[in-house]
Amino acid sequence: MLPPPPPDDSSTDLALLHRARAGEFAAFEELVTRLQPRVYGLARRMLGESHDAEDVTQQTFLSLVEHLDGFRGESSVVTWVLRIAANHALKLLRKRRGLPTVPLGETDDGYADLPHPQYIAPWRDDPADLAGRHETRHLIDRALADLDDKYRAVFVLRDVEGFSVKETADLLGISEANVKVRLLRARLALREKLTATLGDEAARARPHSPHLLAPEGRT
Amino acid sequence: MTDPQPPAMTCEQILQGLNDYVDGDTLSAVCTEFADHLAGCNPCQVVVDNIRNTIRLYKAGEPYPVPPEMTDRLRDALRRKWAERFPAKSD
Repeated sequence: MLPPPPPDDSSTDLALLHRARAGEFAAFEELVTRLQPRVYGLARRMLGESHDAEDVTQQTFLSLVEHLDGFRGESSVVTWVLRIAANHALKLLRKRRGLPTVPLGETDDGYADLPHPQYIAPWRDDPADLAGRHETRHLIDRALADLDDKYRAVFVLRDVEGFSVKETADLLGISEANVKVRLLRARLALREKLTATLGDEAARARPHSPHLLAPEGRT
Repeated sequence: MTDPQPPAMTCEQILQGLNDYVDGDTLSAVCTEFADHLAGCNPCQVVVDNIRNTIRLYKAGEPYPVPPEMTDRLRDALRRKWAERFPAKSD
């Protein structure tokens, strides 16, 4: 059952969904306008190229028209819609890989052969200050696009969109343990790239123990 | 006299613990061990901080501007779909 709408506010996502279910197109359009930037952002991060992200955005809202009754109130409306968007984005990623029915590789990545942090330095600026800069956007887009699909998907769903480990695992059709290890690989790769540009060379850390820079048996 | 030596952990354990630590997964044993290690290991402290900053930066990024032509295309497609779903109530 759809939870009841809040009594006073007719413009919340939930209230708009109620009105849309009753057949009010204007309410549905307003809901789309509110959610479109979030849906497009998720698709854009997961797919990079903007044409595919546009397709995913359109597919998401078209399927929403069909499944207006599918919302059960187990999450917020926006989370529900983002989950639909993530499914469409994943479908497109799989199609790109020519594997229509296979999940994004359920081979367990494991913790062996993890890339070890190489450039270790505190950042010169705070992320809040960096976020608004044009060159930062370019840097973080590029770093994210360079990740393998399976790592990027986990990072976007878990760390950017805020899905839980379990939700991310369910969306991707992989184990929670695998979500964690892929997340670690994504985080390490992104950290390395961003820190190489944003790190303070003067404060670069020289490890007193060899475990991070030159682990035994490695070069 | 000498700096306290961080407890011996393998590289993989450290990185796994670091991941759980960033997620606040304090129930994990490897996370607890990592927390002890972290107190005596400045490079690990910096790496933890870097990863937190990385996540914050991606979360704080400006939203992608929605292409206006996409909005137009979407509106048309939705209108058509809506007319199929609610034939009596469209337009």
